[in-house]
Amino acid sequence: MSHNGQQPLPLIMMRELADNVATPLFLVDRDGVLVYYNEAAEVVLGLRYVEAGSLTAEEWSARWAAEDVNGRPLPAEARPLAVAMRERRPSHRPMILMDAKGARRTIEVTAFPLLARADELVGAVAIFWDSAGAV
Amino acid sequence: MRARIWGCRGSLAAPGPDTVRAGGNTSCVELRTEAGDLIILDAGTGLRALGLHLAAEEPRRIHLLLSHLHLDHLEGLGFFGPLFDPKVEFHFWGPPSPVTSLKDRIARYLSPPLFPVNIADVPSDPIFHDVPSGEFEIGGARLLAAPVSHSGPTVGYRISENGRTLAYLPDHEPVRGGDLREMSPGWISGYDIARDADVLMHDSQYTEAEYPSRVGWGHSSIAHVVTYAQITGVKSLLLFHHDPLHDDDTLDLKLARAIELWGDGDGAPALAREGMQLELN
Repeated sequence: MSHNGQQPLPLIMMRELADNVATPLFLVDRDGVLVYYNEAAEVVLGLRYVEAGSLTAEEWSARWAAEDVNGRPLPAEARPLAVAMRERRPSHRPMILMDAKGARRTIEVTAFPLLARADELVGAVAIFWDSAGAV
Repeated sequence: MRARIWGCRGSLAAPGPDTVRAGGNTSCVELRTEAGDLIILDAGTGLRALGLHLAAEEPRRIHLLLSHLHLDHLEGLGFFGPLFDPKVEFHFWGPPSPVTSLKDRIARYLSPPLFPVNIADVPSDPIFHDVPSGEFEIGGARLLAAPVSHSGPTVGYRISENGRTLAYLPDHEPVRGGDLREMSPGWISGYDIARDADVLMHDSQYTEAEYPSRVGWGHSSIAHVVTYAQITGVKSLLLFHHDPLHDDDTLDLKLARAIELWGDGDGAPALAREGMQLELN
């Protein structure tokens, strides 16, 4: 957020986009703090955003634990959002997500950084694809 | 700080007998700080008359702040006398682009074949600044420029001096089809620019009936601008950037609707008009 509490415009506009698409979108700020996900993402994550609220990267990584496609735990730093933030590039991988209701979902995640200016990272977005549904 | 409006029409100049009360020139506002600085907001067609007005004064330094580079905010530039005066220290400020300098973007208009003179050749040899991310100063004024929701890179300006603040958001669609009242302030475009300003000059292009067919065009309805002003807590709202198809009678109806929506609180909306002067002291 800015010094007065307003989110950067790319986050505002990405949230507005998220509210108007059926594609699951998950939005974090420059510190990796979860600031929003849309209704379509609520289905994948098994929890409404108003119930989850703002979560740090450690908190949301723990809330929705992940495994690789072979069932091995996926470290937080290997998740696409973390890669997009750290390396400032798009990142994609299939993974298994434990949703908030305990179901294991095979999903694909594409994340990309949001740069307000060439050298100014203001956040990142993850798009989920529920490739096989809940198991 | 004093402000004088030289143009408040949006999109396209609209001179003629039906627009004489509000004026037909596009966006241009002259600011004079108490420290004596000359700041100009946007270079619409109103800039030509401001240049004529400045001729006797012969200002030595001018800061021209561009909200964005759409033609209605730029097309007065080639007819602004001080730009061609080598004795003037001329500063341009504008929104950054990730790929093209401010000078090169302005040159797309101020160069042949669209204009006979290239910006690189004007005698004042201007200095070009991308607006910084945080606050900055021009003379005695503190400024904040922040990206706002419009079409293409666009910033709003917040100018403060001696505890008084003018917010300038001439082209702005704070939410695209949603309900501003359901949004927390931190998620509203331009909130930091307008918050608690003494005067807000804000896009008011459309009636409520027109807006649904123009969602995403980057402009506000009357209902938007009134709600936005109330959420941001401004003390005085000036309806700006009038649609070129709206004659004076239509603007009066829009103003009446804005006053109705505003309710009984202080600082009822007013209509920006060419020649209007504001004192922020």
